Amino acid sequence: MNPEKALMTQEPDARASDVSDAPDATASDVPATAATGVHARIDVSGVVSGQRPEAGTVFECAEVDVYYGDFRALRDVSLDVAEHGVTALIGPSGCGKSTFLRCFNRMNDLIEGARVEGTVNYYGVDLYQDEVDPVEVRRRVGMVFQKPNPFPKSIYDNIAYGPRLAGVKRSALDDVVEGSLTRAALWDEVKDRLKMSAYGLSGGQQQRLCIARAIAVQPDVVLMDEPCSALDPIATGRIEELIAELKTEYTIIIVTHNMQQAARISDMTAFFSVQANEMGHRTGELVEYAPTSLIFTNPDDPRTEAYITGRVG
Amino acid sequence: MTPDHLTAADLQTSLGRRIRSQTVRWLFMGAAAVTVLVSALIIWTVASGAWTFISQVEFTRLTDIGWFPRRGLFDLTTLLVNSAQISVIAMAVAVPSGFGAAFYLSEYAHPRVRRVMKPTLELLASVPSVVLGVFAISFITPSILTNFFSEINFFNKLAAGIAVGLLVIPLIASISEDALRAVPQALREASAGLGARRVTTSIRVVLPAAMSGLMAATIVGFSRAIGETMVVTIASGGGDTSLYNLSLFESGGTLTSAMAALGLGTDQVAGNNLAFQSLFFLGALLFAMTLVLNMVGDVIVRRLQNRY
Ligand SMILES: Nc1ncnc2c1ncn2[C@@H]1O[C@H](COP(=O)(O)OP(=O)(O)OP(=O)(O)O)[C@@H](O)[C@H]1O
Ligand SMILES: [Mg+2]
Repeated sequence: MNPEKALMTQEPDARASDVSDAPDATASDVPATAATGVHARIDVSGVVSGQRPEAGTVFECAEVDVYYGDFRALRDVSLDVAEHGVTALIGPSGCGKSTFLRCFNRMNDLIEGARVEGTVNYYGVDLYQDEVDPVEVRRRVGMVFQKPNPFPKSIYDNIAYGPRLAGVKRSALDDVVEGSLTRAALWDEVKDRLKMSAYGLSGGQQQRLCIARAIAVQPDVVLMDEPCSALDPIATGRIEELIAELKTEYTIIIVTHNMQQAARISDMTAFFSVQANEMGHRTGELVEYAPTSLIFTNPDDPRTEAYITGRVG
Repeated sequence: MTPDHLTAADLQTSLGRRIRSQTVRWLFMGAAAVTVLVSALIIWTVASGAWTFISQVEFTRLTDIGWFPRRGLFDLTTLLVNSAQISVIAMAVAVPSGFGAAFYLSEYAHPRVRRVMKPTLELLASVPSVVLGVFAISFITPSILTNFFSEINFFNKLAAGIAVGLLVIPLIASISEDALRAVPQALREASAGLGARRVTTSIRVVLPAAMSGLMAATIVGFSRAIGETMVVTIASGGGDTSLYNLSLFESGGTLTSAMAALGLGTDQVAGNNLAFQSLFFLGALLFAMTLVLNMVGDVIVRRLQNRY
């Protein structure tokens, strides 16, 4: 079947389930996991439901440019992201790491005036073609933000938010919530206060809650934008362990400012840098993309070496 | 440079500067005191007038056939019912359109559209209420309402309620829009990142997060509606007298329009039995109602904020 179909806007009744709590019949008939909840409504192809090649390619980016209005933030980025691995994006502040990360789930659409050129293929489907519905993309490509951003709702409702949108049955939600919190290594800490506000959690707990919330909808890919930047070393360690665990099931792309972290957790590393042109516009570009072990031991580009050894380039 | 020998005198300001800052301090305090004093004076005047009325009126007169102060008939129900009817109609008009406009401006409108629409809305807020009163009798009733309700009176509560509603829309829209825009963008991104459409995000994330602000907008709007005088005086035609009736198609005076009529004193109201004193009584009643409303609003807002 055509993998493209899976990302298109669904028939009207499926869309209606966004607004009401009552999902359409197909969704409530399916067995009770978030994954089936998400995918059952969609015309699932072999590609999406897991018969994909062992070490397939999830994203292929070719000549990606990103503009904010007239300002070109990122120029000519081409790289492929492998399945079930951790890809780290590193580079100096303002080089466009977040901008690039947000291309993978069309999050830049939310920014007025932002424009993406070039192609970003997701399992061979160009995410930026007209027929693709960004909402469907985001259900497959989840995101964890730099600052923990739980909803002002209970812990339970935070996790259940995504699955509910996807039409997971009420009776199945408890399991989804427990499962997600367990995988995010938060269950033991919060199991007795699921109905309490997520704002009562510490920063590190909130960030793990956001991770749990992102994986509760069983995405294929989890994008993480400096998920540990606001955390202490212990919470950071927890989240790194979690990432190592998650990569058996998910593809992870992570932005980090912490070189050691990139070295510890990632399989591939992309180093970005900014180049000021003759008119003083600072445009980010991809300098080097290679297996992490190579980048940190034997980088090709002198700029990479300067950056990772602390002689910032 | 380290001073050899530091004394307290080295760190003192000059006398002139100290006097100046003291003077400024007293000036500000005086200004604050004046506002407090004026408020106290108003409350005292109203309360003592109201007391004169209450202590002298025969209580049966408070529940008679209607509001005819010069004949000594002070049926409060008439005025309260009319005020309530008109305010409820006003809110039925203003809340949906005010919230709708706020959601549109905050969640949907392109910045360019917002730049045009926001000032337009504020323009509506600056329309003097007397103009809206005239608009009600010259347009709302004759050009719209008569097409639907042939038996409608030229002066009627329905048109008055609609016009008050129009008056309150910008107020509610503007407070609500501030409340919606105060919801952090990070929450919208979180919701979108989980595959929520814009409607879903608006209803499930933005709305609950802004709930206390929206409640505040509603309550401020309601007290504005119930206190509105000019529109109802013109459009509802209650004026100095009104007979008890529940029909929205009939004219009827409210607490405020009755006060306005009494205050104008067209028929030598002053000195004529208790009519003039009833003005203060109505004022006190109105004041108490808005006060209670604001307090209830405060409680609701605080409770909503504390929920999470
Ligand atoms: N919403 C926006 N509107 C306009 N310009 C933006 C916007 N977001 C980012 N930029 C610009 O794009 C460039 C890249 O920003 P981006 O946030 O992607 O950098 P980054 O590599 O993530 O930096 P950091 O490490 O500090 O997070 C910067 O010059 C920034 O000023
Ligand atoms: Mg960033």
